[in-house]
Order: sequence, then structure tokens, then C-alpha cells
Amino acid sequence: MSKSRQRIAIAILALGGQGGGVLSDWIVTLATRKRWFAQSTSVPGVAQRTGTTIYYLELFPGLEIEHRPPVLALSPVPGDVDLVIASELMEAGRAMLRGLVSGERTTLIASTHRIYSVSEKSAIGDGRSSGDKVLAAAQSRARRFLGFDMQEAADHAGCIISAVMFGALAQSKALPFSTGDFEAVIQAGPAADSNVRGFHAGLKGVRAIETPSVPIAPVPTTNAGRRLLARVCSELPGPTHYFALEGVRRLMDYQDAAYADLYLDRVRSIAAIDRSAEGWALTSETARHLALWMSYEDTIRVADLKTRGARYTRVKSEVLAKPGQVVTVTEFMHPRLQEFCETLPARWGSAILSSPRLSAWLEPMFRKGRDVTTTNLGWFLTLRVLASLRHWRRKTLRFKIENARIADWLEIVERAGRDNPAAALALIKCQRLVKGYGDTFARGLRNFTRIMVVYNDLRGGADVAAVIDRLREAALRDEEGISLGSEIANLADHKVQQHP
Amino acid sequence: MAERSFKTEVEALRLGADQVFDGEGILAVTKALLQSGVAYVGGYQGSPISHLMDVFNDASGLLKELGVHFESSASEASAAAMLAASVNYPLRGAVAWKSVVGTNVASDALSNVASGGVTGGALVIVGEDYGEGSSIMQERTHAFAMKSQMWLLDPRPNLTSIVDAVEKGFELSEISNTPVMLELRVRACHVHGRFIAKNNVPPPMTVAHAAQNPVRDIDRIVLPPASFLHEVEKIEKRWPAAVKFVRDARLNERFGPEQGEFGIIVQGGLFNALNRALELSGLSDDFGNSNIPIYVMNVTYPLVPEEIIDFCRNKRAVLVIEEGQPEFIEHELNTIARKADIQTRIVGKEILPRAGEYTGEVLRTGVTRFLVQQGFVVPKPPASVPPPDKVLAAEVPQRPPGLCTGCPERPIFTAMKLLQRELGEFHVSGDIGCHLFSILPPFNLGNTTMGYGLGAAGASAFRPGKGGRRAIAVMGDGGFWHNGLMSGIGNAVFNQDDTVTIVVDNGYSAATGGQDILSSLASNPLRSTRNPIERAVRGVGVNWVKTLTRTYDIPKMRDELRRALTSPVSGPKVIVAQSECMLNKQRRVRPLLANAVKAGKRVVQERFGVDADTCTGDHSCIRLSGCPSLTVKANPDSLRQDPVAHVDDTCVGCGVCGEVSQAAVLCPSFYRAKIISNPSRWDRFVNRARAAVIGWLQMRASHALARRSF
Repeated sequence: MSKSRQRIAIAILALGGQGGGVLSDWIVTLATRKRWFAQSTSVPGVAQRTGTTIYYLELFPGLEIEHRPPVLALSPVPGDVDLVIASELMEAGRAMLRGLVSGERTTLIASTHRIYSVSEKSAIGDGRSSGDKVLAAAQSRARRFLGFDMQEAADHAGCIISAVMFGALAQSKALPFSTGDFEAVIQAGPAADSNVRGFHAGLKGVRAIETPSVPIAPVPTTNAGRRLLARVCSELPGPTHYFALEGVRRLMDYQDAAYADLYLDRVRSIAAIDRSAEGWALTSETARHLALWMSYEDTIRVADLKTRGARYTRVKSEVLAKPGQVVTVTEFMHPRLQEFCETLPARWGSAILSSPRLSAWLEPMFRKGRDVTTTNLGWFLTLRVLASLRHWRRKTLRFKIENARIADWLEIVERAGRDNPAAALALIKCQRLVKGYGDTFARGLRNFTRIMVVYNDLRGGADVAAVIDRLREAALRDEEGISLGSEIANLADHKVQQHP
Repeated sequence: MAERSFKTEVEALRLGADQVFDGEGILAVTKALLQSGVAYVGGYQGSPISHLMDVFNDASGLLKELGVHFESSASEASAAAMLAASVNYPLRGAVAWKSVVGTNVASDALSNVASGGVTGGALVIVGEDYGEGSSIMQERTHAFAMKSQMWLLDPRPNLTSIVDAVEKGFELSEISNTPVMLELRVRACHVHGRFIAKNNVPPPMTVAHAAQNPVRDIDRIVLPPASFLHEVEKIEKRWPAAVKFVRDARLNERFGPEQGEFGIIVQGGLFNALNRALELSGLSDDFGNSNIPIYVMNVTYPLVPEEIIDFCRNKRAVLVIEEGQPEFIEHELNTIARKADIQTRIVGKEILPRAGEYTGEVLRTGVTRFLVQQGFVVPKPPASVPPPDKVLAAEVPQRPPGLCTGCPERPIFTAMKLLQRELGEFHVSGDIGCHLFSILPPFNLGNTTMGYGLGAAGASAFRPGKGGRRAIAVMGDGGFWHNGLMSGIGNAVFNQDDTVTIVVDNGYSAATGGQDILSSLASNPLRSTRNPIERAVRGVGVNWVKTLTRTYDIPKMRDELRRALTSPVSGPKVIVAQSECMLNKQRRVRPLLANAVKAGKRVVQERFGVDADTCTGDHSCIRLSGCPSLTVKANPDSLRQDPVAHVDDTCVGCGVCGEVSQAAVLCPSFYRAKIISNPSRWDRFVNRARAAVIGWLQMRASHALARRSF
């Protein structure tokens, strides 16, 4: 019975299509060249279609095994894996969950970037898992953890992520082969140039400790800006300045300085009644959510943002256009009769919308979506004209509607704030539901209204804030409003039980 | 053209005697077939056996040189029926498929060939899709071997043992006039290893020669009275002959010491996992030198009673390691021991889990428990496994497989989901293939799947009441040609079912790795392709057929489906939804485009993107798509909390994002960028002119903005 362990067990966790098989093949080639016996296997199956796949390898010294072959396993045994390579952060988490990472034995090499699962990205709000918790677990559970964003390095090098992972593996010295031996394997393969670049990026990849970027307060560039900055500083408490300044900046961009003044007046009225336990939380969140609501997305705003010069530059870099290539940009717009009317002066707009005959006559013109090529002069000018309607925005139907909604909301919040600051905060946060366009906006507004109605019925209960928070979370759970409906129904039952 | 090419790997099939073969398990099996003088091969693709079919395809040149006939069978039943060639002639034949599903499909032909028996060696290679990574119901092929009385080989999972099993399997088949099954587990199919090759042997008799010189023996045909004769022959002649050969050729193996108080009997395919479990417990080493006697059954059916009695005698207890259920081997071992009046206790599923894959960890726990129960001291018992980390378990999301980036099937389900908003929920009968991923989020469409090509048949019971809602069946082109045309469409015509069947025609048997089928658009020098599905459907009598040639056109897809669901015409309605499988298209087109760009040709490519400043982070677009390249990223807006949608660099520009946002009236955030490489002079002129005017206007606008900004 052999005393010292000779074999090296390696598990690679990757998503289908990420090239885990390529990495596995490289390791086999490398080991075979160095006269080690290498066995690899995998269970791709349907998992190769974007699901999780595990590749498992065992290396054994001495290739002259045809006469005395080692008996190698085809699947990893928890606690017995020397090296785990994960192509994505949650896959590293999965390796740990499966017990593949042991504190005594395992070197864990992982890319720390995220590829979000369908459940994470399809949430109505923010459904993302906490990468920090997985990173912390990796630090504490592995014998050694080497992690950095290998996808970024791969994008930079223009290669597949496997090449960077192979470089990180070489640098980890977890295998008894020299860096030169590693590189020779890549050199001999296809796409050698870019893969070698990626390999070197992997070698250099040091553990990237993500530092949260410290928000920098905006510096005013105009007289109006300086005046509003002075207003924020003199009228609002320190902890609220960050969001208030962001709000001012946003609303000046959206409309003008007068609109930002209106915003500050509104924030100040909330600050006047703010008795939040934790340092001006109500005012601060009001500054955030009020700015978002006041800069509601109307056709004027969309037309403006879509035609800005900075946006053209950004698109070019996002689609990785190279110098010398010509780029044209097409938008997918589907303005409906309602949005059209809302951009009209309030009286005209509501006249059309309230007249079934007029609506029916105009409706067909808005039934189809339009492909709008904003790099074409015609469409560009059309959108610029639309954007210039900003000057008349205050007269539009939409402006009237939204400002009435905002005023109602702030009034409720203000009243709540006097005796229940927590409830007021919870109500402010409900603005998060009101977002998007068309049906999405209608759904969000419907949920928002339902919660406000419930609040109205509840008034006074001790746990109102908790109830509102729960309802808000429920509204984000599904599109059909089922979770929200059942939460509200529960609430009603509860009430009946309390006061039979 | 299949998804994975083995053009370079198949060169290894030409290796001669004493050269070292280095490669994948499936490739080794192919080499073993050629070394055995096989005359014909066939089969149907499906994980984990797909690569075997791909290898055969890519090796067609070599097969021709050797005089080996190869067919990409229409189904496992066709493949199994091919074995008829070995009934009357000394032709060695091999067929392969995914099991247990493929064996289900093939079982009619298998019963027939097993009843009449064979003259030439007949080998059925089954990829046992059981345990981790499996895509099918968890059943055992073992039951089929027993009920039809075919011998079942389950070799140790290293290339040398697997290759031996192929070669010995043919001999066993010929000596016992019985077809033989070779069972390979998923990992064994994909294992990369080495063995020492032999020369290829051209078949002593070719299929052409057999066709030229017909032989007939009425006793080999399953019809009374021969069928009764077959049963007697099975018991009296073929079984004893098989047992004798297995024993004489020492197909089963012994490891560890000759004698011992305890022993382990293990299926060959599990030996490596068992040895690892023993080694970690301090009871074996890297070379299989176990402290405990082990009897390895490389043949799991039939059992060899003499060997078993010999192994069990004088042992207090024997542990049987048999994966899956029911535990046929354990039952038979008990019977053998009982009949021989041996008092050895046979321990199996009472200690080992009744269900699930036997991994190294499962076996380590099981073997330890067995030994401890028997009073044996295990040198290194497994440490108690710490409970799974709850924090991690809550964070790590499930990641089931899904439709690929740009998949043409995605817009079909988006259209269905949009239509559901209008017409209410549908009953959807699914089939087997990529489209079955629709049952998962974000689509959540599909109620049942009854098997390959059975999507339409699965909807046949749902006859709507007057004016009631019709059931929808979805079928891939793979399933359609495998079986769906007759058992689904033909059945619906004959019974005048009032259902809507969507046939997803992506040009390949895509889920199994992109193999060509009858309706593939590629020209295949070896096969007949380009046979339209619509013609076949009309041919069996469907009158309401609509072929849509671009699935990405979501409004059209939705409207056509609405028409089918609400049409006053009764009887089956079929929509053929065509667009090429994106995975295969990219593989085909990408190098061509790269070369064109390199050669200075004008090339237009499309990419999609999301404007972060108009995206409000609701993710409706994702809930109607689920495309891997449509993801989220942190919101760059410091006031907003929810992440924004984001199209990553893997986008292939299929256009679904834009279609979805228009059809569902979502939001104006999506944009399509057309990127022209090597623009023509006209392109450059227009671009310069536009850029000049637009740039000037933008500059003015940005100055104005600067004046009113913070």
C-alpha cells in the first residue's frame, strides 16, 4: 500500500459553452507530455446547454502504465480534491456546497465575475445573489484561494476564459509543471496568439479585492448649479446631501433649474417633519425616490437621451466597434396612443383619450412598433424636435398627471411622518415599484396604488412599516400581482380574526 | 455537420498493433469495433452516445476503405432491426444508443432478434444515462437484458477493459448465438485514457457479399412453431454456452487476497469508484491491491453460479454493489447461495442506498458501514461530513440548462407567452429536445413529455369542447422524423384530433449534438437531406399546415398561432417553425465571416444593446426571453437600486430582444447596432455626411445642456 499520495485530483466547474472541456484537454495534454498518466471525464449531457458542468481529472506520475495501470476514479470524492477550478463565482460556491473544497487539501482557483442565473436576472427588482458571501466562504474554506475577474482579463485579451484559467493554474504552482510547459501546450493549439495573451493575463492575475467606489460629490459648473448647491447645503442636513445633489443634478438635466428648486422645496418639507431614528433616513430616501419620480420617463426624455452625442460614443464602445467600421443604430420603439396624448397639452390629450371615437380613429396609427434608426438624419431630427418639447413639458398631460400623483404621495408620507417615521420611510420606498414604460409602468403603478389603499385602511397599527415593506417585496415577486394579492388577503383575514 | 468534429481524432482509428491509443472512451469503442472485424454499424445519437455516431460519421472514409457499412439510423428501432443482418450470416454488427430510452424504442426489434438468435456477433452498445448529468428517467437497461435474454457486459471503466469487452462481446455473441449488450455509464463514455491498439480487421464477409448470396432458415423467424423452439433453445443451448464462455474466458475478475472473512461483489463499471472508496479507507492502493477479496462482474448477465459459489464459500458476508433498482443481481445471488446451501450473508441494498448513483463517497460510507457491522476495524473511517453551509446554499443559484444565446426556439415560446396573456393558459404537450427547456423559467410552458416524437400523441386525448381551448403540442424536427410523423401527426389525422402541433424545424437533431436529419438544409454527401417537413405532414393528410421561415418574427409567430388556435376548421393543425439552430449556425458562419473580413470584403454584423439610462430595471424583457447574453449589471445610476438589463459580448444579433420589446410594448431601451466592416466608399461617404450634420447638432445640444446643467 502506497504511503504518500501520488495522484492529483482536479475538478473543473464551468457553464456549458465556457470551454471547460478545452481547459480539461489542455491539462491532459500537458500532463501526458510530462509523462504523467492523465484521465479526464465529464458528464456534459444536456448541461452543456448553459447549465453547470463538472469535469474531473486525475493525474498519476509515470506514463509507462500500460503494464501496471493505476485505478483512477471517474468522479470526485468530497475532501479528496487537490485542485478546484471554477469559471464563475457561483460555480466556486457550488464546488464548496458539494464538499469539493477542503481546508486541508484544496487549492481553489476561481474567476470572481458573475454570470447571473435566470432566477437572479428575471426578478422584478434586484434578485442577485451575494457574491461577497461566496468570496468570504472561499477565503475561509479553501486551503488556498486564488480569485480574480478572469472574464475581464479574457475579454481584454480577446480569448476564451479557459486560457486565463490555465494561466492562473500555472501561476498557482499547484501542478508540478513549469510555466513554460503550460505555455507550450497553448502555443500548439488553435487561436494561439490570443490564448497566449490570455494565459499571460492569467499569470499576472492577482487577487482583485473589490473596493467599493467612494461616491464623489458633484462639482457645480454653472451659476444655477452653484446656487442650488448652496440651497442644499443651507436647507438640508448633511447626511441627505449625497442624494439631494444627485437629484438636483438629474432634474436640471431633465428639465431646468426651476424644476430642481421645486424638488428641493418638496424635500425640505419632508425634512421638516423627519424624526427618523437613524440619521435623516426619511429625508435621504425621499431625495432619492422623489428625484426618480420627478424625472419620469416620457417620450421627451427618451428622445433626448437617445440622441445625445455621449450616447453615440457609448454605443460604439459597447458593441466593440473597431476604428474604420461604420456603425448604425436602430431603436425599437412602440409609442402608444396614450403616450402620444400624454405628450400633448393637457387639454388636447385628455380630450382625445376621453373620446372613444377619436381614440378609435387614431389607435391604428400606434398599433405597430417602429424601428427608429437614430443615425439617420430624418429620424435624428424627428427625435430632436421631440426632445425640444422639453420647454413645453409643464403643459403636457403627463406632467399634470405625474405631479398630481407625486403631490398625493408626499402628502400621505408627510402625514405619516409626524407620528410614524418608519411607516413614512416604507411608503417613500414604494416609489421603487413605479418604473418602466407602457404595461410595465401600468402594472407598477397599480401595485403602488394597492399598497397605498391598504395603508389607508390600516392606519395606526403598530407594525405598519413592516407590513408596507412586506407588501412592497411581494409586489416585486411576480408580474401578475398574485403574491401581493395573497399578502393583502392574509392581512384582511388577520384583521377579521383580531376584531371579530 | 455535427456540433463536435472528430476529423482529427478519427486518425487514431488507423493506429496499428502495439501503438498507443490516447483518447476518449467512445472513440476507443469505435477502434475496438474495427479491430473486431465489424461488418456493419448503426445507431441513434443521444447523450452519452452521441459522439459515437459523430465519430462514425467523421470516419466514413476509413469505414469505406475497410468495407464497413454505416447507417445513421432513423431511430433506435431501425438500428436494432439492422441486427437482422447477423441472423443468417456470419456478419459482425454493432448498434448504439442512449439507454434506457433508446432501448425502449428498440425493444420490439430486440425481442425478435434475441428470440431467433444470431449467427454473426451482434453487439448493442448502450450509453447508460443514469445518475449525475442524466437527462432521462432513472431506470436500468438490465431489465431488458433479462427479459429478452441478451447478455449484458459492464466492464471496468478503463479503455483497455472496455476495448476487451467489445472484442470478447462478439465472441460471446457468436458462441451463444445471442445478441450482447455493452453497457457504458456516462463518465465511461467520456473518459479520456489510453490502451494498446491492434490492427484493424476488414470484415471477412461484407454486407454486399451477404446480399449477393442469400441464406434462409425458417427456424430463425419468430413465428410459431419456431418461436416456441427459440425459448427452449435459449434455456438449453444458448444460456449454458454463454456461462461456459464467460467462465473459460475469465471475463469476470478477482482482486485482493484469495481468502477472507468478507468479500465484495461489484459491477465492473463501479470498480474504480469502489477501489477509491477502499483506498481512502486505508484498505486498497492506487493499483487495486485490495485487502478485501473482490469479485468484479464484467458480465452482469448471465451470472456464473460456479464462480459465485466459489467466491462466497467460507465467507461470513458478502457485500453486493449494484447500482439502480430493482436489485436484480442481489436477488439472484441470494437464490444461488440458497440453492447451493451456502450460509454466507448477502448484503446489498439494506446498507447501500436503494436509489441514485453510487459515487465514491456513497460507496465509502456503505462499505464502511458493512465492515463495521461485521465487526471489522476500518483503518481510516470517513470523517463525519459537515452539514452543508446554509449561507452558501441560500446564495448559490440553481443553474439548469436552457436555450442557447440566439436560439430560434426562444421567440416561439415568447410568442406563446404573449398569446397566453390574451387567450389564457394553454395545455402544452412537450416532446424530447432543446424545446423542452421551455418548461423552466422564464417561460414556464409545458405540462408533460411522453417521449421522443410523442409530443403530438401526448396531446391527442385533449379534445376541446365546442368553442373550447385547443391543446398545443410541441415537437422538434428530430422527434418528428424519429417517430412523430406517424405516432403523432398520422394519429391526429386518423382520429381527427383538434390540436395544434408546432414542429420546431431548426435543421438538425440539435439537442443530441447537431446531427443531420431528413429535413436538414445542409447538403450531406452521405445522406439524403432537404426533405421538407410540410410535405411529409401534408402527405399523411393534414390540410391546415403553415410553414414560418423566420421564428424570430414574434408578431407573425403569435398571429399564426392565434389563427391555429381559434380557426373554425377542426382537425389537426400544424405549424412548422423554421430557423437554423444558432449554435450550429454560428459554428458554420463565424469562420466564413472572419475570413471575409480578413479578405477585405464588406461584412455587416449586428449586435444588440441596452441603454442603461432609459432602462428602469424591471427585467420584463428577461422574463420574456431568458437569453444567456441578456443579463443584468449594477445600475450606473446612483439613485436607482435595481440592476439594469445588459447585453453581453456573446450576443449573436438574433434580434429577439428588439422584437420582444416591440411586440410586448416594453420599453425603448433596446437598440440594434449594425457594424459594417470594410465599408464601401458609399458607406463611408454617407456616414461622414451624417456624422457631420448630426455631430454638429449634438454639439449644439450639448452646449445648451451644459448651460442649464448643475
